[in-house]
Amino acid sequence: MIGLSHYLVLSGLVFSVGLVGVLRRRNLLMLFFATEIMLNAANIAFAAVSYYYNDLTGQMFAFFIIAVAASEVAVGLGLLIVLYKKFGTLNLDDLASMKG
Amino acid sequence: MEKFVYIALFAPLVGSLFAALFGMTPKKTFIGVISSLLLATSFVASAILATYVVQTGHGIHVTMMDWISAGDLDIPFGFVVDQISVTMMVVVTLVSTVVHIYSIGYMDHDKSFNRFFSYLSAFVFSMLILVMSDNFAGLFIGWEGVGVCSWLLIGFWYHKPDESPDVNPSISPSWAANEAFIVNRIADLAMLVGIFVLYWSTGSLQYDVVFPALPYLDDAILTTAAIALFIGAMGKSAQFPLHTWLTDAMEGPTPVSALIHAATMVTAGVFLVIRANPLYSMPEVSEVSFFIASLGTFVAFFAASMALIERDLKRIIAYSTLSQLGYMFAAAGLGAYWIALFHLAAHAFFKALLFLGAGNVMHAMHDELDIFKMGGLKRVMRGTYLYMGIASIALAGIPPFAGFFSKDAIIETAFNEGTLVLWTILVVTAGMTAFYSFRQVFLTFDGNERYKEFNIHPHEMYKFVLIAMSPLALLAMIAGFFQEEFHKFITTSLEIMPNYEMSHHTHELALYLGILVLIFAIGGILLAYKKYANGLVRNEKVENSFIYQLLKNQYYIPAFYAEFISKPYALISTMLWKSVDMKIVDATVDGIANMFYKGGDNTRKMQTGNLSNYLNWMAVGLVIMLLVATIYTLKA
Repeated sequence: MIGLSHYLVLSGLVFSVGLVGVLRRRNLLMLFFATEIMLNAANIAFAAVSYYYNDLTGQMFAFFIIAVAASEVAVGLGLLIVLYKKFGTLNLDDLASMKG
Repeated sequence: MEKFVYIALFAPLVGSLFAALFGMTPKKTFIGVISSLLLATSFVASAILATYVVQTGHGIHVTMMDWISAGDLDIPFGFVVDQISVTMMVVVTLVSTVVHIYSIGYMDHDKSFNRFFSYLSAFVFSMLILVMSDNFAGLFIGWEGVGVCSWLLIGFWYHKPDESPDVNPSISPSWAANEAFIVNRIADLAMLVGIFVLYWSTGSLQYDVVFPALPYLDDAILTTAAIALFIGAMGKSAQFPLHTWLTDAMEGPTPVSALIHAATMVTAGVFLVIRANPLYSMPEVSEVSFFIASLGTFVAFFAASMALIERDLKRIIAYSTLSQLGYMFAAAGLGAYWIALFHLAAHAFFKALLFLGAGNVMHAMHDELDIFKMGGLKRVMRGTYLYMGIASIALAGIPPFAGFFSKDAIIETAFNEGTLVLWTILVVTAGMTAFYSFRQVFLTFDGNERYKEFNIHPHEMYKFVLIAMSPLALLAMIAGFFQEEFHKFITTSLEIMPNYEMSHHTHELALYLGILVLIFAIGGILLAYKKYANGLVRNEKVENSFIYQLLKNQYYIPAFYAEFISKPYALISTMLWKSVDMKIVDATVDGIANMFYKGGDNTRKMQTGNLSNYLNWMAVGLVIMLLVATIYTLKA
């Protein structure tokens, strides 16, 4: 029988995949993907806990997150296009212009 | 009647604020006129209050508003106009009005004319707060207020350079102002202690709560309070050993010397003792009271002795002020509070007149104050000669002028109390007073015209100034006749002012005692006449003698203070500055700043501009915060 802990472990694993992606990737687009993965890891946890407690709030929250992620991607991708037009690359190592 | 209280109190404040508006602008005569008119208004209101108190026999007590109300502490802005304060109000406002009008003439050429009037009126306001307040807190506010105004006014010519005593025998105004302020702070500390002790043991600062509660207090508390308050009074009234500031304060403009350092502010100490007479007449503190009387007597003699050889006109008068303050304390210490107050009032009139006359001389002599360089001025300065003569006769105590009655009463008190040592000293001092005041008059106005050698062309003061001085001259002549009336008036309410009567025995001897004092006074005058009226003859041998040098150096007290207080203090200060402040306090502060500086410098490298790095750091931060949160949750 698959229980709550399985879901939570899965959520943790997905989150870790996302986190590693955020830490290791150099391409901005890939960073976006990684963020999306992390958000969805949270969604899994929310939905699972919601089911476990028989409380719809968690699932509502998951929907919120999906909506927010969608709008974030819409805005983010627009910015990325502008950025690519301006610099011709999305590699973060080449975009480091604001040094201290 | 209440409105007259407020008019009397606030008219000078209005004058001060009005003049302050024009403080930085060039001289405008109407500022002086308006300030003087407001002062005159205050005087009229005080006079109306005085008649009211005389007629009804009881005072007016008003509470303007709450001031401090916290827990058990409740201090209102209350004012009391009773026999004591109304006397002070009339004296203060009358002298101030004259001094204000006088200043219009005296400060004529000064570019800070407007500022001067602002300070002068502010001073009068503070003094009125001091005398009218119905509690110790208000008294203390006024007390500090006059201190500040005195500092501002002594240092009025602050631009005069600081010169060492070898170059310029008189010191710089800013130095004198600081000296006066600091010496007074020392005394005020003691006064605050006294006020705290009274509050602590009676739970109030109102006079009408504190004084009735006194009989239930401990001997030790009473003694502490009496001593502490008297130390405060010693500072303000320049009693030994805190007296040095008064003569140095003569660096201020002469109207200031007349108003503050003769007639009003320095009498605040005497006023405090008179106001707190229920405390000082407690049998438990009789030793303190007797100490006050002894110190007063000592200062009377001590100051008079220094005046004997002083060459600076204003300093002579300053010493005589010290000496007369000593007389007042002698009377107050012996329990004759009304006599002290009477002498205070009479002294205010003739001493202000004397100072204003000295101001005329100074004006005529182009700021020369050395009486050895004057002489024969009576030919050019008739009016001033007359005023100075009147004032000096009053000061010397020749009947029927004011000083005779008031001073004689004090000397008689000393006899009546059986303190014959004090009595003897006071009688001798009366002779010395007569000698030095007439020495000064003769050297200034009689004899050969020594000023001609120095190419000075003296001229008489403006007419309106001389006319403005006339009320003081009149009062210096006739104030003594009102002694009986004053006595009856001031002792109407015995709770406020205990009566003091001479015993029968003294009463019978009064005439002989008076004559004895008079002989001393006339002797002093004749001696001065013989020595100085026909010109100055300097005697090298006398001037080099030990006593002359001792007196000339003010018993070496200023030198002693400089050597044993100022210098070690400066040394300790330098040491603390270099070792404690620089090495500990500053080092700590600088160390903290450096830590952040270096930390910032090192962490600056974190800002690479690479988003990926930032994200890594963010993850690290997240992990650290999670760890902290976990640890705290586990702990709890």
